[in-house]
Amino acid sequence: MQSSITIWVSEPMSVFQDTIIRVENLTAAYGGTVVIENVSFDVNRGEVFVILGGSGCGKSTLMKHMIGLYKPRSGKIFIDGEDIVSAEGDERLRILRKIGISYQNGALFGSMTLLENVRLPLEELTDLPSQAIDLIAMMKLKLVGLKGFGNQMPSELSGGMQKRAAIARAMALDPDILFLDEPTAGLDPITSAEVDQLILSLTHNLKVTFVIVTHELPSIYAIADRLIMLDKGVKGIVAMGRPRELRDHSDNPRVRQFFNREAGSGESDSSFTTTDGDARMEK
Amino acid sequence: MEICGLRAEFQQLLDIFDPAEFEEHQKGKHKPTSLPEQVGRETFKVLQETRALIAFVGELGAAFVHAFLNPRQVRWKDAFFVAETAGVNALPIIALLSFLAGLIIAFQAAIPMRQFGAEIFVANLMALIMLRELGPLLTAIVLAGRSGSAFAAELGTMKVNEEIDALSTMGLDPVRFLVVIRVLAVLVMTPLLTVFSDLVGVIGGSVVLVLMGYPPITYVHQVLSSVDYGDLVGGLFKSFVFAILVAGIGCLRGLQTKTGAMAVGESTTRAVVSGIVLVIITDGIFAVLYYYLGI
Repeated sequence: MQSSITIWVSEPMSVFQDTIIRVENLTAAYGGTVVIENVSFDVNRGEVFVILGGSGCGKSTLMKHMIGLYKPRSGKIFIDGEDIVSAEGDERLRILRKIGISYQNGALFGSMTLLENVRLPLEELTDLPSQAIDLIAMMKLKLVGLKGFGNQMPSELSGGMQKRAAIARAMALDPDILFLDEPTAGLDPITSAEVDQLILSLTHNLKVTFVIVTHELPSIYAIADRLIMLDKGVKGIVAMGRPRELRDHSDNPRVRQFFNREAGSGESDSSFTTTDGDARMEK
Repeated sequence: MEICGLRAEFQQLLDIFDPAEFEEHQKGKHKPTSLPEQVGRETFKVLQETRALIAFVGELGAAFVHAFLNPRQVRWKDAFFVAETAGVNALPIIALLSFLAGLIIAFQAAIPMRQFGAEIFVANLMALIMLRELGPLLTAIVLAGRSGSAFAAELGTMKVNEEIDALSTMGLDPVRFLVVIRVLAVLVMTPLLTVFSDLVGVIGGSVVLVLMGYPPITYVHQVLSSVDYGDLVGGLFKSFVFAILVAGIGCLRGLQTKTGAMAVGESTTRAVVSGIVLVIITDGIFAVLYYYLGI
């Protein structure tokens, strides 16, 4: 019985044997402030990989380093075997073609309609004829459930629709990896669930690898294959694994608290929490 | 400091506060910075700014060369849109300012000149002043106020909304994609606006002389005899340089925007101030240069 459980767990893992992103000894800093230190992990091809942690722990910073937006203080980041940190010029462009990014606020171009937003990467980076570009852009919008909204401006849409449109734009060039920064933050539960469904359908049907920054627990349980949890105090990873396993079996009490949505205990036990996150109460 | 008589629930809040932390915060708040430190910081800021400016000029130059070699990659539709908003839509304000400036200068000059019976030479004055100085300068200042600030606000908002990051990670260079079209549009429109400003300013000046009883044809003859193509081209060349400065600095300030809504306001202000200061300084350099070159 025991062995059958082991096989069941390792079976889906076998699909992900192929590493698509490797982060090696990454240290990221803003000026003199080190945000994450010496972090290493792998993301496997075809999985939904979640980066989570409390506010200000460096989730978005880590993602922005992984997409080559910021240069790390030290360390390497390999996207499909190529180092994005040292890559420049055409090599960098080749790596960027493999990834699509949806930013925290959508980052849709406000002066363009939804269709023009999705068309943009296709127009600029391919030689496809205009009609083909239109067709692909409309297809991507349909994929995220925004058929018929192509001529709307981003400001005319709700937050959830903007986030879905941002995913459509990120997918325009059919990237192997999609990075999503807080795709469900600030959305109502129904829209959140719709975005989760979209992510699941894309990963199952198109075998897209997802790297998602979030701290929405319901989303994490619904979509994450594996996750890493970052911590501000440690400036690095405090837990890595499958969400339910970490919730039930993690050695780290902070991790269990996070997954069970419990307030701090022990040293930091308090009914009040100071702004820097350290809870203190002397009675 | 002591706080007494608090209600129990607020006392509870106060109790979690460590007085040492408050004192430390107060100390940090009033910590005076020494003069060498201030000088050091300011010098570092100026050096950083210079470095950013040089890097931007280089990037813009490279982007222009790329656009010149690959004209099909330039988003001409966007460039025409910018040309319309920065150029065509600026016509009424430039017309108003130039007409009034021409009228006022001619009026102020005509009063003392009439004492010597030399009021007809107001026409010479107006032609020279508008073509060589005021036309390009007025146009550049209106451009800095209207378009330089608009570019900084647009690009700044895009920066705050992570749209610039989105462009970069799509593999599109923001300078090539956003700045080139703006500078190009302004570069084409500014000399046209300058000619318009020259013309309207001279017409403004004519009103004074016509009201003084001179026939318009006399004014026209006097204007044509006092300036040549050299004056016009000299003024237009200046307006080219002003256009690059105003549009370039507007875009640079936009791209330099930090985070938050306040940062956009700050960038806009900096764009207008830097634009106008650069234009005036460059105008001074041109005055000296033209003098020695005999233009």
